[in-house]
Amino acid sequence: MNYRKSASDVVFQGLNLLFLFVLGFITLYPFWNLLAVSFNDSLDTLKGQVFFWPNQFTLDNYAIIFQNESLFGSALRSVLRTLLGTVLSVGCTTMLAYTLSRREYVLRKPINLILVVSMYVNGGLIPMYMLIKNLGLTNTFAVYIIPGLIGVFNVIIMRSYFDQLPEALVESARIDGASDIGVLFRIILPCSLPVLATVTLFVAVGHWNSWFDNYLYNNKDSLSLLQYELMKIMTKSTTEVTSNALAAMDHEKLRQTSPQSIRATMTIIVTFPILFVYPFLQKYFIQGITVGAVKE
Amino acid sequence: MQQTVTIPPTGAAVKPNAPRRSWWRKLIRQYQLVLLSVPFVALVILFNYVPLWGWLAAFQDYKPFKGVTGSEFVGLANFKVLFADPHFLVVLRNTLVMSVLSLVTGFVGAITLALLLNEVKVRWFKRIIQTVTYIPHFVSMVVIANIVLTFLSPDGGFVNHLLMKLGWIQEPVYFMGKGEWFWIIHTLAGLWKELGWSTIIYLAVLAGINSELYEAAAVDGASRLRKMLHISIPGLMPTATLLLIMSVGSLINTGYESQMLLGNPLVIDYSEVLDLYALSLSFGGGDYSIGVALSMFKGFVSIVLVVLVNLVARKLSDTRLF
Repeated sequence: MNYRKSASDVVFQGLNLLFLFVLGFITLYPFWNLLAVSFNDSLDTLKGQVFFWPNQFTLDNYAIIFQNESLFGSALRSVLRTLLGTVLSVGCTTMLAYTLSRREYVLRKPINLILVVSMYVNGGLIPMYMLIKNLGLTNTFAVYIIPGLIGVFNVIIMRSYFDQLPEALVESARIDGASDIGVLFRIILPCSLPVLATVTLFVAVGHWNSWFDNYLYNNKDSLSLLQYELMKIMTKSTTEVTSNALAAMDHEKLRQTSPQSIRATMTIIVTFPILFVYPFLQKYFIQGITVGAVKE
Repeated sequence: MQQTVTIPPTGAAVKPNAPRRSWWRKLIRQYQLVLLSVPFVALVILFNYVPLWGWLAAFQDYKPFKGVTGSEFVGLANFKVLFADPHFLVVLRNTLVMSVLSLVTGFVGAITLALLLNEVKVRWFKRIIQTVTYIPHFVSMVVIANIVLTFLSPDGGFVNHLLMKLGWIQEPVYFMGKGEWFWIIHTLAGLWKELGWSTIIYLAVLAGINSELYEAAAVDGASRLRKMLHISIPGLMPTATLLLIMSVGSLINTGYESQMLLGNPLVIDYSEVLDLYALSLSFGGGDYSIGVALSMFKGFVSIVLVVLVNLVARKLSDTRLF
């Protein structure tokens, strides 16, 4: 494979690498900058000279946020929502997807139809709000978990994966006397690590990142989530709407910091868990989503 | 042997019932599968189809305390008000412009980046760039909006700082306060968030292209550019067409989170989209019926688009969505 490399090829390769490097830099730099700001003294930050490293290193910004009870509470709720929501949602999605992968299941076709059509039919925001309100789910923690329990898209990803497992696996287990539920737990799940990891990642990230249901359905402070608090702080410094989290801080502490530092620090706190988890799952999720998407 | 075959007279009567009964018997035998699926299907029906019942409110003078069953019907009055509302047209324009901009930039960007990444022969470099560019996809829109607002802020924001250092501007510009900038900023923010992620599917397709094609072309003296033009791009086309067709179906169904988080009262004539207008009519103005009429209009148009697109896709090729 040693063909002569033309000059234009070398130039192209060089420019390509340079371009991709710049792109990577543009993607990463904003996070890096906020990280530096979050560790920098808030008065110094106001001078606008923080680019790559903190000028005056401090942990005060983090200390202030973690000592704020209202923010700490919403962080705990965010973690709880993510853990509980992910476990329940992945569990239920797996069960539903498994039944749809069993060819002999008599309800397979009607259920499939219901699921696929539901992806295109959408009542809209206001009718959904009316439903949630009538069900008595407003101002409850359950509204974070129940409406999104089954993600139809995830069901389809999982079903495509289960579909391409060899049929003989299920058959031989059935002949050996395994029940339908037994087949799921003993045969299908152990073979499906990539797709389980993929769906778990999607669901967990979705839960961790959501704020709109908090905004629309739950306006009690005792139910607020971290993302929503960040959103309130963000809108406070742009339009001066009062944020409970900032208002709850006593003035002594507020004087030690600035909205800019608080925003940067909150952003890092909210982003960190994702950056931490995702590289470890990357190898699975690429496998997981391209199965069923690219055929032939 | 033929004459010995006799059909019992009762057989004819039993036959039509047999498939039915065996269907039920099968269902009972599969009770475990039923248990694992039916409760969840019920949830899907509850949260995806039951809201459609609320569409009735669009034809009523809906009062929250009376509900859909008790409110008075007013025919198409709400739709007449809605379509006569000049702000409705503005909001519809914003929705369509922003989704077309995101669609086009997203497509061109993803295909270009996938082709460029595909040319990188240094394995580790390619992997690092992929990993890094996937990150923003997983970060919440709140964080993205926060980054955009911080970097574009007129007091000490990075972009203003840079432009002033370069001497391109004399004093800080309040980017987020200028309506004409909103569409561009919104599109670029979306592109920045999703560019890397949307290459995954194209990279998978490129990896599947038979490498003998490239070798044969190299023997014939084809340059890198020629190989890209005549092998890689045609190889991507079927997938690209399918994805494009699919996203045309959801043109009117763009999100509202990014517009809500990036927008502010100064630029509302450019940032407000259908869903946000429905929200402000219902919760700000207290007029649920118009809000529902708007939701219904949107839902209806998107269904029509999906069905049309599916028909076209079936005509053009064997690929179809459902």
